[in-house]
Amino acid sequence: MQKLLLLGDEAIAQGAIDAGMSGIYAYPGTPSTEIMEYVQSSKDAKENGIRALWSANEKTAMESALGMSYAGKRAMVCMKHVGLNVAADAFVNAAITGANGGLVVVAADDPSMHSSQNEQDSRFYGKFSLVPILEPANQQQAYDMVHYAFQLSEDFRIPVLLRITTRLAHSRTGVQRAAMRKQNELKLPDNLRQFVLLPSIARKQYRELLGKQEQLEAASAKSGFNRLIDGKNKKTGIIACGLAYNYLMENFTDQKLEAPLLCIGQYPVPLDMVNKLYESCEEILVLEDGYPMLEELLKGMLNKGKKIKGRLDGTLPRDGELTPGIVGTAFGQKIEKGKQTPELVKNRPPKLCDGCSHNDAFLALNDAILEYGRGRVFSDIGCYTLSALEPLEAINSCVDMGASITMAIGAADAGLVPAVAAIGDSTFTHSGITGLLDAVNNNSPITVLILDNSTTGMTGGQASSAYGKIDSIVRGLGVPEEHIKVLKPLRKYHDENVAIMREELAYQGVSVIIPRRECIQTLSRKLRQKAKVKALDV
Amino acid sequence: MKKDIILAGVGGQGILSIAACIGMAALEENLFLKQAEVHGMSQRGGAVQSNLRISSEPVASDLIPEGKADIILAVEPMESLRYLPMLDKNGWVITSINPFINIPDYPSMESLMKEIWNQPKYITLDADLMAKACGSVKAANMVVLGAATPFLDLKIESIQNAIKAIFGRKGEDIVQLNLDALKAGRDHALKQL
Ligand SMILES: Cc1ncc(C[n+]2csc(CCOP(=O)(O)OP(=O)(O)O)c2C)c(N)n1
Repeated sequence: MQKLLLLGDEAIAQGAIDAGMSGIYAYPGTPSTEIMEYVQSSKDAKENGIRALWSANEKTAMESALGMSYAGKRAMVCMKHVGLNVAADAFVNAAITGANGGLVVVAADDPSMHSSQNEQDSRFYGKFSLVPILEPANQQQAYDMVHYAFQLSEDFRIPVLLRITTRLAHSRTGVQRAAMRKQNELKLPDNLRQFVLLPSIARKQYRELLGKQEQLEAASAKSGFNRLIDGKNKKTGIIACGLAYNYLMENFTDQKLEAPLLCIGQYPVPLDMVNKLYESCEEILVLEDGYPMLEELLKGMLNKGKKIKGRLDGTLPRDGELTPGIVGTAFGQKIEKGKQTPELVKNRPPKLCDGCSHNDAFLALNDAILEYGRGRVFSDIGCYTLSALEPLEAINSCVDMGASITMAIGAADAGLVPAVAAIGDSTFTHSGITGLLDAVNNNSPITVLILDNSTTGMTGGQASSAYGKIDSIVRGLGVPEEHIKVLKPLRKYHDENVAIMREELAYQGVSVIIPRRECIQTLSRKLRQKAKVKALDV
Repeated sequence: MKKDIILAGVGGQGILSIAACIGMAALEENLFLKQAEVHGMSQRGGAVQSNLRISSEPVASDLIPEGKADIILAVEPMESLRYLPMLDKNGWVITSINPFINIPDYPSMESLMKEIWNQPKYITLDADLMAKACGSVKAANMVVLGAATPFLDLKIESIQNAIKAIFGRKGEDIVQLNLDALKAGRDHALKQL
């Protein structure tokens, strides 16, 4: 079979399709989005009836996948790293219930925060939950690991975490497919109480989970994803996790690496291998594209053993993604950079598209709020977050999905009245609904803008769970009919829109304003498609 | 054979189509390839770049090491200078001179061109104009790709085949437009050499 040119994300998707997955569940989030998108457009997936729809958020996705695993079939759930915070309750407890059909959780980390609020390292979640973690070094290994992960999950009846980072997710290379596996038949768990986490059962299950750890470590030693390669220069032993290995080898294309090397691709890490490396070398250098997790473990609290080099002692930067240059520098190699970027090159930050509906909504809000003064707009995550920057400078917070409405509640409780929340349609159904219920029950003097561009814009225009449902959800939560205002964010309605916002800002209870106009990107995509269909008609 | 290429531009300018064409051509010639793309946040009118590595040997890192790029291939002049720290001393800057101005402090064209013409090895071209002459300004990215072809160590036929495969869905006219644009860029570069 010819190699396919695939992104890391796509390799994972193809791997899951080929490994006999029956369903994939996800909420979009860079750099994980393309996994679901690939399955959605895959012919193989369609022919094999693989279920592939977006979920309202990562927690609902995780739980749905767990349900499919309960029923004996293989399921995958994908999210960006911060999505695992949202899914954490389900994720951590799924380790206790264990799996029935193979269950693989993909968390895509974003060191250097290319498109994220933080650079948390999902391996900690895996360790915390006591589940095996796989960390591929390249796209081919990502593909292979998915096959292995489903098998491991079924052999040990445990969810498996596949941890990737932006560079692997969004880099394309040739990938060789393996034979396709059949999907599982529907099959209930042997023990119908396996998934009932009443304390008496949970205690037993937890002990079982603890009992599996030794065998999981043995599996890590056997799988071939962890490799100890001896070297004759015993000064510095190297531990390279995941794709840090590539950056290391990039520095040794013209010369041989003489240091002993332990490549890590599977956790729990086999202690034997680590010990062998440690005993044979004078010091250890740990390369991790993420937090210094292994480094910290190796060092221990008192750091009384051999010298451990890495992110904690300044050998590598404490934050940000690794690069070939950074890793080379750790070896004392001289990196000959090119010329400096000339001063006349100016920053070009991302911004709202020309014709974006959010722009008109915030122009109106900026005018309406003038009489109360600035600093009272709590916002959320999406394209509209770009309104924090010049020229709009319209919002004052962006923390985690859903935090706009709830932070406005707290600020209003503290006396900041009126407080405003601005949240996108997809973010609203992701985790804004419960917050709005709190506001209604609290009768908070807040004005909530639900910016409805009818899509999940920031991540590339995926279907929004909120589509066509926002007004009735808001009504159902108990926001009074007369304080639900739908308006069209267009320059020509500016004055009208400002007047409506003013009115609602003055109201001493919960009001919801819904500026509704389709995302300019999805609209033009639809128009282009229509034009194409027309052209075919003639 | 090994070529490390930084593709540079502004979100939405089509650098990923350039990457796709080179990538497919490299695959046809059975070369190894890694191409790190930019998705997400910065696609919204921000500066974007892609690392493209092709080689007859397996490629280790998805990222090009600093100071080791053979070519900076840019569809926008200011963006052609942003990644100079990545460029090898003997590397080429190949760029369109058509500015994409979406910031208030964009430098003057004069100072910009002076800076580019100060580089040891460069090729500049009015890609918009040349693309228009071929039929549509939309093919400007293929003009820029054409200008890079003398430096890629790939057969021109492989790149033409890639264009046919990638744009084939859009019809014969679009394929021809892009092939013409490729040729215009290539001829221009060969003349400047
Ligand atoms: C927990 C979590 N999941 C996913 C994301 C990624 N993400 C950021 S913004 C966004 C889309 C928001 O869509 P919407 O609220 O409709 O706003 P739009 O971008 O369309 O303006 C997503 C999926 C995230 N930052 N956090």
